[in-house]
Amino acid sequence: MNPKITELISKNIKKELHNIHVGDTVKVTVRIKEGTKERSQNYEGTIIKIKGGGLNKTFTVRRVFQGVGVERVFFLHSPKIEKVEVLRSGKSRRAKLYYLRERAGKATKLKENLFASQAASLPKEVIPEEGKLVEVTP
Amino acid sequence: MTKPIRTRLEILGKKLGMTQYFNQEGDAIPVTVLELAENIVTEIKTPVKHGYAAVQIGANIKKDKHLNKPKLGNLKKKNLPNFGFLKEYRVQPAELESYKIGEPVDSSKILNPNDLVDVSGISIGKGFQGMVKLYNKRRGPKSHGSKSYRQPGSIGAHTFPGRVLPGKKMPSRMGNENVTVRNLKVIEFDKSKKLLLVRGAVPGVEGTLLTIRPAIKKWNP
Repeated sequence: MNPKITELISKNIKKELHNIHVGDTVKVTVRIKEGTKERSQNYEGTIIKIKGGGLNKTFTVRRVFQGVGVERVFFLHSPKIEKVEVLRSGKSRRAKLYYLRERAGKATKLKENLFASQAASLPKEVIPEEGKLVEVTP
Repeated sequence: MTKPIRTRLEILGKKLGMTQYFNQEGDAIPVTVLELAENIVTEIKTPVKHGYAAVQIGANIKKDKHLNKPKLGNLKKKNLPNFGFLKEYRVQPAELESYKIGEPVDSSKILNPNDLVDVSGISIGKGFQGMVKLYNKRRGPKSHGSKSYRQPGSIGAHTFPGRVLPGKKMPSRMGNENVTVRNLKVIEFDKSKKLLLVRGAVPGVEGTLLTIRPAIKKWNP
């Protein structure tokens, strides 16, 4: 891509990327417009696909609603998305979880990725500046 | 009675490529990014001297060695950069006063958001193509003993006229010709960076020189 385009779209790219992975159960807060009013709506489900790169990155969230499978595709960098909250990190050995479409009930549940969910709660890594002493707590 | 002259402002630009853009509602829209050229007035043609009113603009600055001597001499005489591409467009004689040699054309007249523009350029060459791709002819059956899968079919009658009529469509080279895409909406124009975003696709590969004009339907309201 032309570097001038990369620069142009860089202002639209969200700096704080949502730390999401395939297999995560997430709650997506989407802004929707009804006439002139604007309100937020939550959508909860499992991420089965992350596709594309840059401004074009999308993720697909699947949930089963009243016995019918629903999949919604979101642009990661869309201003419509207020936030993406990870409720549970699932363990997955695939990049695309299409096999969940053929499953129902308990079989759709993924094993929890304990490492990922613990890592999120850990304090952030401190990178010491050069020539500065950092206190290390055991 | 003479026909009124069609006068339309023209500016030159370069296609940089396509991307997408989120508008205020948050919808993703496909856009093409165009970079405007220098668009400096190189010559003004007056009815008195040349018989018609027109403005010539230049783009695509090149090195001395890449221009031939007559072109180079012409531009050097007016103290202008080495433009590799010059284009002329007709204007109304009264408008000529607003142009001055060596100054850029005011593009803000046509490049405001939600304005419509026509963009012309040389399309991507597709090589030698058959009737199906070139003229959207239907192909023959693939089975039942048929062998006319993508054949052109009959090209005319027999004894009368006894020849193929001129202009008969035949397989030939496709693309690499001037194409105009009309009524593209201007999404954004960054004047300092000279970047123009229009909704939709424009002809040609990335780097193609393009002509941007106000949409013809808007030209004469």
